[in-house]
Amino acid sequence: MKTKLIGAAAVVILLSASAYGAFFLAPNELTMGFVQRIFYLHAPCGMTALAAFMVCFVGNLGYLFKREAKWDWLGVASAEVGLAFCTVVLLTGPIWAKPAWGVYWAWDARLTSTLVLWLLYLSYLILRTMVDDPDRRALISAFYGVFIFLDVPLVYGSIWWWRTQHPQPVVFTSGGMDPVMRKIFNLSWLSLTALMILLIRQRYELEEVRAEAQTLAQEAEAA
Amino acid sequence: MKNVGSVLAAYMIGWGVFFLYFVSVARRTADLRKDVRRLKETLTRGK
Repeated sequence: MKTKLIGAAAVVILLSASAYGAFFLAPNELTMGFVQRIFYLHAPCGMTALAAFMVCFVGNLGYLFKREAKWDWLGVASAEVGLAFCTVVLLTGPIWAKPAWGVYWAWDARLTSTLVLWLLYLSYLILRTMVDDPDRRALISAFYGVFIFLDVPLVYGSIWWWRTQHPQPVVFTSGGMDPVMRKIFNLSWLSLTALMILLIRQRYELEEVRAEAQTLAQEAEAA
Repeated sequence: MKNVGSVLAAYMIGWGVFFLYFVSVARRTADLRKDVRRLKETLTRGK
């Protein structure tokens, strides 16, 4: 309990520091001005969402190979957390797009593939509610999870492979960002990754407790 | 300082989503823990 509280406090401090940096320390971007500061939330959230879906993929593969419940718990925990991050990406993107592009949404490759990704992981979670047997549910969702992960490299590569309205990559390219901007971006990325780990751990614990409750319910029924 | 409202809104929405999700997971876990305690009591009484 104490470790959890320390972890949560550390995440809050990191998030507050990154927001402070984004609002008060980051220099104004020349063409977009102040609104560009949404970048320090929007882009790291996108990268963290993809990381969470990667963890989900590992969980799904783990279940397919080992058939142990803990892999399924990791899969569902990270899918749900990834979906939360992806939701933030889809909500903050249009707020940035309106002043920058003049429209809230454009059906370009990056935006569309991200929306499809959100829908796919939402369907993964809905699918899980439709199967009662835990083993069957874990197996079906593991297969489905491996399949839908195919959209993750598509989202990542969309701005490299196709001409899109979305800004071109600046994070993994040399000289793409002012040094102060890069420091604040890295701090935001670190804080959101820490938040992702905290949320996955908390959601994983929920699955552990759920499994315990199911076992006890079966015992009570049998008694 | 044009578009300060947009940046503030983006941060409020982002943090709001995470906070609500955190609370929802904590609440679901707490409810399940209550069920576990109740089931344990039922099983102990049955023995």
